[in-house]
Amino acid sequence: MIEALFITPFVEIAEYPYFFLEVLISGLLTGVMYSLVALGFVLIFKASGVFNFAQGIMVLFAALTVVGFMDYGAPAWLAIILTAVVMVGLAFGVERYVMRPLVNQDHIIMFMATIGLAYFLDGFGQTIWGSDVKSFAFDLPRDNYQLLDGEVFVNQLDLLGGVIAALLVGGLAIFFQKTKIGRALRAVADDHQAAMSVGIPLNQIWVIVWSVAGIVAIVAGIMWGAKVTVQFSLSLIALKALPVLILGGFTSIPGAIIGGLIIGAGEKIAENFWGPALGGAIEDWFAYVLALVFLLFRPQGLFGEKIIERV
Amino acid sequence: MFYREAGQFKATYAADQAIFPILQDKIGIAIILAIAFGVIPAFASDYFLSSLMLPFLVFSLAALGLNILLGYCGQLSLGTGAFMACGAFFAYKITTAFPELNIIFVFLLAGAGTAAVGVFFGLPSLRIKGFYLAVATLAAQFFLIWMFNKVDWWTNFSPSGVISAPPREVLPGFAVTGSSATPVDRYYFALGVVCVLALLAKNMVRSRIGRTWMAIRDMDIAAEIIGIRPMAAKLSAFAISSFYIGVAGALWAFVYTSSVEALAFDINRSFQVLFMVIIGGLGSILGSFLGAAFIVLLPIIINQAPAAVGIVMDTALLGHIEFMVLGALIIIILIAEPHGMARLWQIGKEKLRLWPFPH
Repeated sequence: MIEALFITPFVEIAEYPYFFLEVLISGLLTGVMYSLVALGFVLIFKASGVFNFAQGIMVLFAALTVVGFMDYGAPAWLAIILTAVVMVGLAFGVERYVMRPLVNQDHIIMFMATIGLAYFLDGFGQTIWGSDVKSFAFDLPRDNYQLLDGEVFVNQLDLLGGVIAALLVGGLAIFFQKTKIGRALRAVADDHQAAMSVGIPLNQIWVIVWSVAGIVAIVAGIMWGAKVTVQFSLSLIALKALPVLILGGFTSIPGAIIGGLIIGAGEKIAENFWGPALGGAIEDWFAYVLALVFLLFRPQGLFGEKIIERV
Repeated sequence: MFYREAGQFKATYAADQAIFPILQDKIGIAIILAIAFGVIPAFASDYFLSSLMLPFLVFSLAALGLNILLGYCGQLSLGTGAFMACGAFFAYKITTAFPELNIIFVFLLAGAGTAAVGVFFGLPSLRIKGFYLAVATLAAQFFLIWMFNKVDWWTNFSPSGVISAPPREVLPGFAVTGSSATPVDRYYFALGVVCVLALLAKNMVRSRIGRTWMAIRDMDIAAEIIGIRPMAAKLSAFAISSFYIGVAGALWAFVYTSSVEALAFDINRSFQVLFMVIIGGLGSILGSFLGAAFIVLLPIIINQAPAAVGIVMDTALLGHIEFMVLGALIIIILIAEPHGMARLWQIGKEKLRLWPFPH
């Protein structure tokens, strides 16, 4: 057991460096996809302090909606635009019927409300679009690139996901840092009351962040849906985004990305090299245990704001 | 009128510190206990006992456990399902290793083992708080369920991974687990366990240890300054909460479903118990029971309602609608009464106190 855990994996890594590289790259690119989901969490947490548990279901819901519209004959671009409209509508609904009546409640109450929202969207999406497994009709590149004389394969779809995530993060960073709305969002995140007193309309801000989170969910939903087909288990990916958040810090967009990379690469490497010794499927919990151990040393995450408490 | 406290004088310290200082409460509890112990087993059908009362009792106990941790000590945990699984599997291992041991001791040992696991996974709470802790407890949830699934030793190397609870008796002739146990006997056993543990919990939360938990919950730094040791308070809350949840898990596996499987305790079970605590009322013993009753009854009502008014529905669709209604109801209840159903009862009591005068 000791040998299988502490010696064999390293020997294997040294013997098959190309395989290790391949696992590493695919892990990193999977991690980017986790980051896409985690981004939605961070956006809402940053702007309203609400830990939005429904983000994973929003990813599923967005993917279901895109596929649903395409089944009715809409071309891909139209389906995506229509889904964006639906997600903005959802943002208005959430603000009006969930957030506004619960303003000033405890964080735990808000958190519970988003779990309620998750259940609602779960049932609602499947009532409308059906619960069978679906896949996207449009073509995304799925071939493998060959690197290093054909020793290392890289999936094009994963690579595309990486590029899209990078663009999205860049766009969000500019949005948060340079635009007026972005500034307002950061002000609300810092202090609700102060933001309100200088004339920032809290309700509109919430609609905006939930809309942006909804659109991020569409991107994540399409990428994940193309990778693993659109079905209920997609929402479980959201649970994978949680350790990413812990690692990166709840309030940091770069943290979500780097956390995603670490978790994605870590769990793929662990599964491939340490998994056999432990009986396999350690992907299920490895990310959580990694995040837990990490938290013991740095409770606020890699890039999270240091929690300062005053009495 | 109905709740008139005037004239009920407390002349001794003992009377002042009674669990139920008001006469009406004493009568009410006595009536509830009489119904639970006498009326229900005498008149209820087997279906009612084994499909409604048993899950209600098991979930009440689990909700009680989570309420101690979340409602009284303020530590959010999403690992309830895993701790229930611990209780179930520990009890299974103990009772198959020592078949002669009385099932009550088996349950107590299983609870104690779960408490140890709970303390271990509660250790991060000394460093981290709030949602970070909630996600950290998910580590417990996923790791423990994986372990019970993967390691055959827990299931005594059964090939299917699903095992049935062995028949055991509390007293000779009074079988409470296994296929030979009657629903009435199972019900009495579960009810007894729940009553004893609920009484203990009620006493615990109003004694010194409960007050240290509440101090930590309300403001941990201030509590530390006035001399409460956060480590002792938090870890004891984790231990006792896990003990309750572990016993609930053992009851689930042995008395309610008669089978021990890890899949029954996935993350949805954690959420279910969390809903009970929040809907019932954070920091309220009564609330744990109300929340459990609500969450156990709700799916049954939703499943029966369309048929009752003559609408035939697809089961899959019904399942989705159940999710929708549950989600919507949670939000509505949170908006209407964020402090849960226990608070509604409290408001009702205030009204009854003044009735028939509005002010």
